[in-house]
Amino acid sequence: MQNEKKVREPLFHIAKRPAIAWHKAWGIRALSILAALIFAGIVAMALTGENPLAIYATMIKGCFSSERRIWMLLQTLVMLLCVSLAVTPAFKMHFWNIGAEGQVLIGGLATAACMIYFGDKLPPWLLIIVMVICSMAAGAIWALIPAIFKAKFNTNETLFTLMMNYVGIQLVSYFVIVWENPKGSGHVGVINQVSQAGWLPTIGNQKYMLSVIVVLALTVFMYIYLKYSKHGYELTVVGESENTARYIGVNVNKVIIRTMLLSGAICGIAGLLLVGGTDHTISTTTAGGRGFTAIMVSWLAKFNPLYMIATSFLLAFFERGASEISTIFHLDQAFSDIISGIILFFIIGSEFFINYQIKFTKPAKEVK
Amino acid sequence: MSKPYALELKGITKVFGSIVANKDVDMSVKRGEILAILGENGSGKTTLMNMVSGIYFPDEGKIFVDGKEVVIRSPKDAFDYKIGMIHQHFKLVDVFTATENIVLGINDGEKFNIKEAQKKVKEITDRYGFQIDLNKKIYEMSVSEKQTVEIIKVLYRGADILILDEPTAVLTPQETQKLFVVLRNMRADNKTVVIITHKLHEVLAISDRVSIMRKGKYIDTVITAEATEQSLTEAMVGEKVSLNIERKEPENLQERLVIKDLSVTAHDGKQLLKDVCFTAYGGEILGIAGISGSGQKELLESVAGLQRADKGASIIYFDPEGNEVQLVGKTPKAIRNLGIALSFVPEDRLGMGLVGNMDIIDNMMLRSYKKGKTEFLDRKQPRALAEEIIESLEVVTPSATTPVRRLSGGNVQKVLVGREISLNPRVLMVAYPVRGLDINSSYMIYNLISKQKDQGVSIIFVGEDLDVLIELCDRIMVINSGEITGIVDGKSAKKEELGLLMTKSTHEIEGDEEVAEDAK
Amino acid sequence: MFSSSVIITFLQRAVIQGIPLLYGSTGEILTEKSGNLNLGIPGIMYMGGIGGVIGAFLYENSLASKADANAFLAICIPLFSTILFSFLAGLLYCFLTVTLRANQNVTGLALTTFGVGFGNFFGASLVKLTKAEVPSVALTTTSAFFTKKLPFAANLGWFGKIFLSYGFLAYAAIVIAIVVAIFLTKTRGGLHLRAVGENPATADAAGINVNRSKYLATCIGSVIAGLGGLYYVMDYANGVWSNEGFGDRGWLAIALVIFAVWRPNFAIPGSIVFGGLYIIYLFIPGVSLRSQELFKMLPYVVTIIVLIMVSIRKKKENQPPASLGLSYFREDR
Repeated sequence: MQNEKKVREPLFHIAKRPAIAWHKAWGIRALSILAALIFAGIVAMALTGENPLAIYATMIKGCFSSERRIWMLLQTLVMLLCVSLAVTPAFKMHFWNIGAEGQVLIGGLATAACMIYFGDKLPPWLLIIVMVICSMAAGAIWALIPAIFKAKFNTNETLFTLMMNYVGIQLVSYFVIVWENPKGSGHVGVINQVSQAGWLPTIGNQKYMLSVIVVLALTVFMYIYLKYSKHGYELTVVGESENTARYIGVNVNKVIIRTMLLSGAICGIAGLLLVGGTDHTISTTTAGGRGFTAIMVSWLAKFNPLYMIATSFLLAFFERGASEISTIFHLDQAFSDIISGIILFFIIGSEFFINYQIKFTKPAKEVK
Repeated sequence: MSKPYALELKGITKVFGSIVANKDVDMSVKRGEILAILGENGSGKTTLMNMVSGIYFPDEGKIFVDGKEVVIRSPKDAFDYKIGMIHQHFKLVDVFTATENIVLGINDGEKFNIKEAQKKVKEITDRYGFQIDLNKKIYEMSVSEKQTVEIIKVLYRGADILILDEPTAVLTPQETQKLFVVLRNMRADNKTVVIITHKLHEVLAISDRVSIMRKGKYIDTVITAEATEQSLTEAMVGEKVSLNIERKEPENLQERLVIKDLSVTAHDGKQLLKDVCFTAYGGEILGIAGISGSGQKELLESVAGLQRADKGASIIYFDPEGNEVQLVGKTPKAIRNLGIALSFVPEDRLGMGLVGNMDIIDNMMLRSYKKGKTEFLDRKQPRALAEEIIESLEVVTPSATTPVRRLSGGNVQKVLVGREISLNPRVLMVAYPVRGLDINSSYMIYNLISKQKDQGVSIIFVGEDLDVLIELCDRIMVINSGEITGIVDGKSAKKEELGLLMTKSTHEIEGDEEVAEDAK
Repeated sequence: MFSSSVIITFLQRAVIQGIPLLYGSTGEILTEKSGNLNLGIPGIMYMGGIGGVIGAFLYENSLASKADANAFLAICIPLFSTILFSFLAGLLYCFLTVTLRANQNVTGLALTTFGVGFGNFFGASLVKLTKAEVPSVALTTTSAFFTKKLPFAANLGWFGKIFLSYGFLAYAAIVIAIVVAIFLTKTRGGLHLRAVGENPATADAAGINVNRSKYLATCIGSVIAGLGGLYYVMDYANGVWSNEGFGDRGWLAIALVIFAVWRPNFAIPGSIVFGGLYIIYLFIPGVSLRSQELFKMLPYVVTIIVLIMVSIRKKKENQPPASLGLSYFREDR
């Protein structure tokens, strides 16, 4: 009888953590990044045959060894940060906008169109104002379409915004051929190379300074918007519980549409900075996958704009560092995607240990 | 005693944290018998049966099936002993048909054939007299049909012992009658049926024996034929317990809310409230007693403007100048601005009143954040309020910036009630404000409410504990299946009287009144 | 307006274009039915493709002479490495989203970043190894076994061209789609899997192992999607791998899931429609180069329209699985 009653308890079970001190949470994240670094080092070692320390040194050198490299790193960082800032209010509202790629592209497309069609017709200051307005409006419209259907019919926004990316890409492909220069090259080439009409001004002789300033301003804006504005408060409530939002008199549909307009408009600005500020051309790869990476940046930072500076630095560092490794050791540039992927897997996985705890079952008391 | 009991429990105890849900409970039921488990809300009936069906594991005590001791650790174990439970919340897949739901999860090793399975299911429905279209999808079904699917599901798995948790709570009287026919057929088929309920007339109509529970303890088991509504009520509510809640005499009562002909009909046509009429006065606590789900929520929500009342209803509010304001048709916001506060503590605590992931300060702002002309939030006042509530109500929290989700249930309730009171309402509606609280916190809430009454606020208090209602409230209104069955004076109210008003079927009460009138 | 031969060629090309999409969407449907929204499918298809390339590359290099190639090994080695790569990718996704309960969107996108990078990186590395002048690897010997058609197909005119002119992987795609469709609607396992995707708590209560179902469906789904990558390289591209060559077909496969309203049997004609839309510009006379790009937009636009229609009509059977994208955690008390 006694034997039969022995309860087969599992060795451990998983429970939600009630709360975790912030330093513990960041400790876990730091550990996961360390683990990722070690793992990435091993992968790089296997592929290059170098010792891991040399590989890390190469990465750091690739990011910081010259002023130009530091600026390149900054540019990678701020553009990623810009798109991340754009998607954040939508995510905080629990609206899965994975259409940032398309929204950035359409913003860039509008910028390029202004530069090409108004380049010799408008005075430079007016042209830039028109570019700003058009790029923001274009990005906003691209985000508005899924938002309206989400608000009215509860159409799945993840899939809708995803599809909108490819409609956007094809639209850009179309205009790339329309604007081909020289004809038949399949590229737009540098727009207004001679007149430099519509090129955003360079500040302090630094090509990337403008992006850095604009994005920093946007970061501060977004931080304040989410934390201290009534809009930010409303979208947080909508994200947490639509019922509560309705209960306290929030117009949920209005908030969804307003937030997506903002999200799209900031994507438009990213497109403006890329096309008008640094690239001076447009192609289907102008957004360069930032629309997708931004989702991870924003999510890893818990939708906090200040933390996002750190997470985008992390991803920018690995992108530039891995790209340096591939140059030095003659590997393909895709190497950096593999490294980014590995880093992401580790950080994504580490969230589990922050939200859950594994409880080991204590041995049951002996029944006497 | 030659034949062992089909199911027997001995000395079952279960503790959740500091709350003793079941203490030393014994119970037994035979084959071919219907046993009712009777008790008020929170008396531990469901917890007890959850231990039989494998949801919980008892801390102490033994379970016997057919005289043999068994260990039940999971619903699967329960099924191995042919025990099946039909819970209040159905576990069904919406886009599947009835048959698909019934066979779900069964792996009998035979080739899967939905037509063959359906034939087997059909045998069961014919045997016990279920009326259901097995090819209908769940999302097209009424609540009663869904319940039928759940019952068939349990039978299809070969259960001999069926436990039904408040099966009639969601049914109309006609549907209840059909269910009882089925249950009697099962009894005739030598199955064991345990039905958890708090409706006296149903206990009398369907069961062979009744086991009564009160506050987690087993009280008695009686043979139904020898019981009366009076005797069962007395056993269920027990002796009156004195609580020493301070109650001042209400002073200069003024009409604050006059409600007339308030009816609410749900989308599926079920009558949730029927011709409710009453008046609430400033400076008085009006208690509302009733079995949970009798229409309390709908009543409060109708006043708050969250529930659409049927045509013809009238809710008149008297503002400080004595003007009459019709609340029916006003938005929740407009009603709130008139000073009518609703503090509803829903089952999951973090329902519509609070946002779990936001901190205490931000939750303070939930109703007031729109104040001020700028586009920015003003956190100064909410912060001060949060700190005040934390201090005065002794909310246990690391800081005012801790997400509400991380507080314990009692502290969440303090935050919620504290916020509502802070708005200086003229009408304060509170529902179950002490659910899950320890004694000290409960008294703190009672004192808060009494203080509001002294300040001339009209208070509507929905409660569960009759002792509290009797000591705290000036008048107690009893609601039963959406109808008001009586309003009694708090000072002279008897528990048995309230218990009867709460549980008797409304038609019987009407009948009684007629008899009383005839006697005159 | 069109000669019959043009129509026949169009149909044949549409099928060829559609097959990788069919693989991808069949795999994704199986995955989504378990409640996992795997946005890593594009990456997994890349990994499947490069897996085949690596397998074929190793096999061809192990041969003393190309003439020694043996059909069985030439098919089985790339097939095996494709299955292995895509299975591991699916396993990784499951480990993160099911065991560690990570956010599915973020995990999927990270997997796509990784998978596309993985494909391109090893593709480029192989190119370097071959010291070829063009940036691609050509594995024509192995590919020949994959593209082998029925010997008599050529003699059957239009019928042979439309129905019998494909490599065996094309037929396998259709068979797999049908098998998955039957599995989902007609078997006990399918019923259980759908219950997991619709309402995991109910499935759990009914005694179905939710995590096991999710793992199985997602890993098998990944392998099916990976085969789409293999078909693309070995049959469609005749064994030539070039970086980015696979393009955005992975996303198109996810679009096809919606277009087929989560039914693999609908995905079969759907894939041909998508394939047709993808290449229709080639068959409409007078379409300028630039307008071709607008035509390529069609599959996505059509998908958006389907998505909207489904959400407006709110027909329960056509909705995404109810718990799609959500992790399941049984609260213990």
